[in-house]
Amino acid sequence: MILRGRAHRFGDDVNTDYIISGKYKFKTLDMKELAMHVMEDLDPDFYNKVRPGDFIVAGRNFGCGSSREQAPLAIKYADIAAVLASSFARIFYRNAINTGLPVVEVDTSRIEDGDELEVDLSKGKVVNITRDEEITAKPLPSVMIKILNDGGLANHIKKNKGFALED
Amino acid sequence: MGKTIVEKILSAHSGQDASAGDIVLAEVDQIMGQDGTSPLAIKAFREMEVERVYDPTKIAMVIDHSAPSPNEGVSALHNLMREFKKEQGITLYDIGEGVCHQLMPERGHVGTGDLVVGADSHTCTYGALNAFSTGVGSTDLAAAMATGKLWFKVPPTIRFELKGILPAGAFAKDLILFLIGQVTADGATYKAAEYAGEAISALSIDARMTIANMAIEMGAKAGLMEPDEKLREWLVAHGYTKWNPVYPDPDAVYEKVLEYDVSELEPQVAKPHTVDNVSPISEVAGTPIQQAVIGTCTNGRLEDLRIAASILKGRKVHPEVRLIVAPASRRVFLEAMADGTISALVEAGAAVVTPGCGPCVGTHNGVPSDGENVISTANRNFKGRMGNSNAYIYLASPATVAASALAGEITDPRPYITR
Repeated sequence: MILRGRAHRFGDDVNTDYIISGKYKFKTLDMKELAMHVMEDLDPDFYNKVRPGDFIVAGRNFGCGSSREQAPLAIKYADIAAVLASSFARIFYRNAINTGLPVVEVDTSRIEDGDELEVDLSKGKVVNITRDEEITAKPLPSVMIKILNDGGLANHIKKNKGFALED
Repeated sequence: MGKTIVEKILSAHSGQDASAGDIVLAEVDQIMGQDGTSPLAIKAFREMEVERVYDPTKIAMVIDHSAPSPNEGVSALHNLMREFKKEQGITLYDIGEGVCHQLMPERGHVGTGDLVVGADSHTCTYGALNAFSTGVGSTDLAAAMATGKLWFKVPPTIRFELKGILPAGAFAKDLILFLIGQVTADGATYKAAEYAGEAISALSIDARMTIANMAIEMGAKAGLMEPDEKLREWLVAHGYTKWNPVYPDPDAVYEKVLEYDVSELEPQVAKPHTVDNVSPISEVAGTPIQQAVIGTCTNGRLEDLRIAASILKGRKVHPEVRLIVAPASRRVFLEAMADGTISALVEAGAAVVTPGCGPCVGTHNGVPSDGENVISTANRNFKGRMGNSNAYIYLASPATVAASALAGEITDPRPYITR
C-alpha cells in the first residue's frame, strides 16, 4: 500500500498526554470526539489543519508515557494515514499495530513541516517528494506484519480463534 | 549462557529457551485493567467474538483513575466495567479501594516469578516483587483475557548496581529520579532494568515499589529486583502463598551494567515538562509552589504518608498552598488513620481525597490553574498531565513535597529529618 500526504512535524518525546489529554480520554469511547483534541497541547489548531491522509512526523521516543490506546485511535480517527518517527515508545508501537494505525520507524531528521511524502508500507520506503529524497525504514517484526495484515489484533484473534503467530 | 530475571520468567512461561531478542508466546498469570483502559478492552474483547474470558480468577479491574466519577461520561464507562464483572465473574475493585498498582500486590494477586500484564504503563511496579510485569494497551489486554496468553519480544536487560545506603533525607524516589536523569526518558526503551545492590536491599518493599514503578519513565518494559527474605515475609503478610524466587545467573548477559554509589545522594526534583529533567534540590530550592500532592501509585503508601506526617505534624501548611493527600488504598487509609498519620496531615491543613489516583491524571481532585506550580509525588510531569497545559509540575519525594508545602516554595527536607 502506498500512502501520499503532507508531513506535520513534531519534536522528540511526544507523550501520550500530548497526543490525547487525560481530561478527555476517560469520558468516552467515541473516538471521533477524541480525535478533535488530538495533539491539542502541542498545536491547538492541529485537528483543523490536517487533511485526510496526512502524516505525523516526529523525532525520538514518539508515544512515550501512558498505555492509553486512545492515543493511536485518536490519531487514526483524525484521518492521519501513518506516524513516522525516528523511534517509538514500545507500548504505543504495539497499540498502533493492534489498532491498525501504520507506524514507520525511519530517520526523520531531514523531513520538514509541510513536505510532501510518499510512504510504501510493504516495502518500508519513504520518498520525500518535496526534497527528492528516498529514506529506508526499519522493517516491522513478522509477528506485527501478521497482526496488521489481519486488520489489527481483535480481528486476528477473531479470525484465528486465538493467536496464530508462527511462520 | 546465563540468563537474566526476565529471560528466566519468559522462558518458564513460554516453554521455550528464551533469550533477549526472541519472540515468545507466553502464559499470563494475572491480567489487570483500570477505568481509563478497561472500557476499550471490553470493546475489543467483544470484537474478538469470544464468549467467556479464559480464566476469571486471573483478571482484576480497578476503578481508580476517575473515582468517584466526576461526570456522566465516566459513569457510563464505569458501569460498563461493573456489567462485565457480573457477566464474566472477574474481580472488580470499585471506587475507594485504591490505586491498581497498590491493590495488585496488597491483595495478593502477584508475587515472585509471575508474569503480569496490565493496561496501565506503571504495571512495571510489581518488578519489586520479582515478577515480570509490563504495561500493555487495551487490545492486548483483551487478547490476554480471551486466550490467557500474550506475545512478547524478550528484552535485553540493563543492570543497575546501586552501592551504598541512601543518606537521611534521600529516599527511593530521589534514587529513581536520579537514575532517570542519568539514562534519560528513552534510555531503556525496549529493555528491562534490574535494580540491585545494597541500596535496594536496605529498602522496604513499599520503597522498592516506588523505584520499579518508574522504570517506564526511562522507557523500560519492566524494572525487576531480586527476591529476599524481606520480600518473602511481605508476600506472606499480604496473602500471597507461593514462593518461586527468580535470580539472575551469575553469568547472565546484560546489555550494560551501570554502577552508582548512592551514599551521598541529594534529594532530587524533576522539573517541567519531562521526567528526565532532573536536578538536585539545591538547584531548584526557592521555586514558589501553589499546590502540593502526596499520593499516587508511586508514593501513596503507608511509609510515604508517615514520612510526610513526620514533617507536617504540629506545623501548618503555607497559607498560599493547597496540600492534597490521596492514600494509595483503603487499607493504607485505615492504617494511616489508626496510627495518627491522617490526623497529623489533616491538622496541618491537608485535604484528603478518595484512595485512588487522586489528581495525577488530570481528571479531578485538584486541577491546577494557569501559571501555577505544583509539586507532586507522582511519576509524570508532562505538560497538561494534571488537566491544565498552562501549569508546571515538579516531581519529588514525599519528604520534599511536605517540606515544600510548609514553606510555600521548593524546599530541601533534610533539616526536618532525624535518623
